[in-house]
Amino acid sequence: MSAQVRVVSGGLSTTVQDLGRTGRYAIGMPPSGAMDQFSFRVANLLVGNPEGAAALEATYIGPTLEFTDERIVAVTGGDAAVTLNGEPVPMWASTRVTSGDVLAFGMITTGARPYIAVSGGVAVPEYLGSRSTYTLIGLGGHEGRTLTDGDVLPLGDASGGTQGAVVPDDLVPQFPSDVEVRAVVGLCSYRLTENALESFLGTPWRITKDADRVGYRLRGGTLDFVEREQPFGAGSDPANVVDLGYPLGSIQVPGGDEPIVLLGDAVTGGGYVTIATVISVDRDLFGQAKTGDTIRFRDVGIDEALAARADRTRWLDRIRSALA
Amino acid sequence: MSQPVQLPPARYEHGGDEFIFVEIAEEMSMEANIKATLITQELENRQMSGLVDICPSNASYLVRFDPDVVPPAELMGLLKDLEGRFQEVPEGFTLQTRVVDVPVLYNDPWTHEAMMRFRDRHQDPESTDLEYGARTNGFDSVEAFIEHLAGNPWIVTMLGFVPGLPFCYQLEPRERQVQVPKYVRPRTFTPERAFGIGGAFSVVYPVQGAGGYQLYGMSATPVLNVRQDHPDFDHSIVFPRAGDILRYRSVDRAEFDDTRREVEAGTFRYRQHDVEFSPAAFLDDPQGVNDRLLEVLYR
Repeated sequence: MSAQVRVVSGGLSTTVQDLGRTGRYAIGMPPSGAMDQFSFRVANLLVGNPEGAAALEATYIGPTLEFTDERIVAVTGGDAAVTLNGEPVPMWASTRVTSGDVLAFGMITTGARPYIAVSGGVAVPEYLGSRSTYTLIGLGGHEGRTLTDGDVLPLGDASGGTQGAVVPDDLVPQFPSDVEVRAVVGLCSYRLTENALESFLGTPWRITKDADRVGYRLRGGTLDFVEREQPFGAGSDPANVVDLGYPLGSIQVPGGDEPIVLLGDAVTGGGYVTIATVISVDRDLFGQAKTGDTIRFRDVGIDEALAARADRTRWLDRIRSALA
Repeated sequence: MSQPVQLPPARYEHGGDEFIFVEIAEEMSMEANIKATLITQELENRQMSGLVDICPSNASYLVRFDPDVVPPAELMGLLKDLEGRFQEVPEGFTLQTRVVDVPVLYNDPWTHEAMMRFRDRHQDPESTDLEYGARTNGFDSVEAFIEHLAGNPWIVTMLGFVPGLPFCYQLEPRERQVQVPKYVRPRTFTPERAFGIGGAFSVVYPVQGAGGYQLYGMSATPVLNVRQDHPDFDHSIVFPRAGDILRYRSVDRAEFDDTRREVEAGTFRYRQHDVEFSPAAFLDDPQGVNDRLLEVLYR
């Protein structure tokens, strides 16, 4: 029998993810993939997998998993009380499991999404070059959907991975509930008044219940648009533009009072005004932000965005060396 | 040949560190769309490493790239150079494309139900979407409005929102084109295959989900087929391609149900014809070109 992991309980919303299904944005296919790509990569590093191997992403309440052979597993991301056969196991560390062992989760305490990597990776079939689940159209992952009780997931051949690998404390990311997010203002920000743009950057935005892998809807202020005669084809509402492509991480403001930040399962285009784009490394912050948390946006230029990207690469390099 | 319409210079914006957004014009026009098509086709042809996605849009385009491979400033420079090379439509430019018949049940029960659930997000909660569109576009009746929407072909100028959703622009002279706003706040539910209009664009929603367009009907046929178990989806999970010319023909309930049965049985084939479409010829004589397109489709 080939190796499997049995899903005793699916948790609140657990999916198979990898680094994403890139290159098909032009037909409207978002990349999907892990919402917090940093924690995801580290989980794979801990179990000796390639960083892009498929793993599980849980939301708020993790799954309960029963293993059928000997593996190395690791949990990273949002903090939850993780147990193996009822005994606590540390996060950001690798643990050996054997046939019949059960990994379970308590309620999340900080962050939003734990990642569970298993040596050998989750071996669901690739679809259009990726194993990521895109539930909106029921594609990829395990039958295109979130995991439910009784599902059985195939595992790949376990190669490397050692028990007891630990990410040094100073390299573990923190997930505060009041988050500063760096964004490049632009796109169609000319539609906002100067006051509105200032207000956008000055407002602590609260994450609403409408916050999922597609995007996070925020509340906390109202943004006024510059008055104009609407251009042909845009639609008469001041928040309308001629439908255009939405960058991943872009922030749209339908109605002017509910900014929506687009994430991994993003809608790829549409006709609402977009005013800024979250820089790529800070998209990860939304993977660990939850309903009720507060988001503050800080305007950065392209150079600072690139510097942040380089910082993130160095951080990951330090973890790679620490675990090598 | 008519004089090419001059467009204002494009606007270049960084979408974070991985995207560049280029707005060719704030308003929609065939000219702006063709310019986006020409630039993105040229970019495709170059097969540059580091380019992840090239997405032509209605009057703009979007590029995703890996800034570790292509520095953003360098890519920005290249895109500006390309704009300089496509100031007007090249002489004799044509699109090799298809004209396709899409059977639509207008004023259907399913989109009607969905629309009524979200009246609080609409500009005019007292009207239906069809009544509102008919009135604000100067039509005497909902029937006349539907006849207008169904009577002429539309050209696919962008794919996106979700996989396979075609944004379609009316192949009509500007003064005959209809326009409606998008919902004040997007709906959280739209039925699969709903046909709707927002701004100057019509769409078919590939799957159930959120949406902000006015809801007018339902297509009998899919635009997305993830399992690829329909013959028209052999080569791709999505049917429409940019440049396709679609006619959203009004059908009655009996034909709609018959077509649904064929789709369910996997025997349905879109009625379609390959055509060469000349934007310049269309801009010169819209009605003549429309008549010929429909003649080719139904002969």
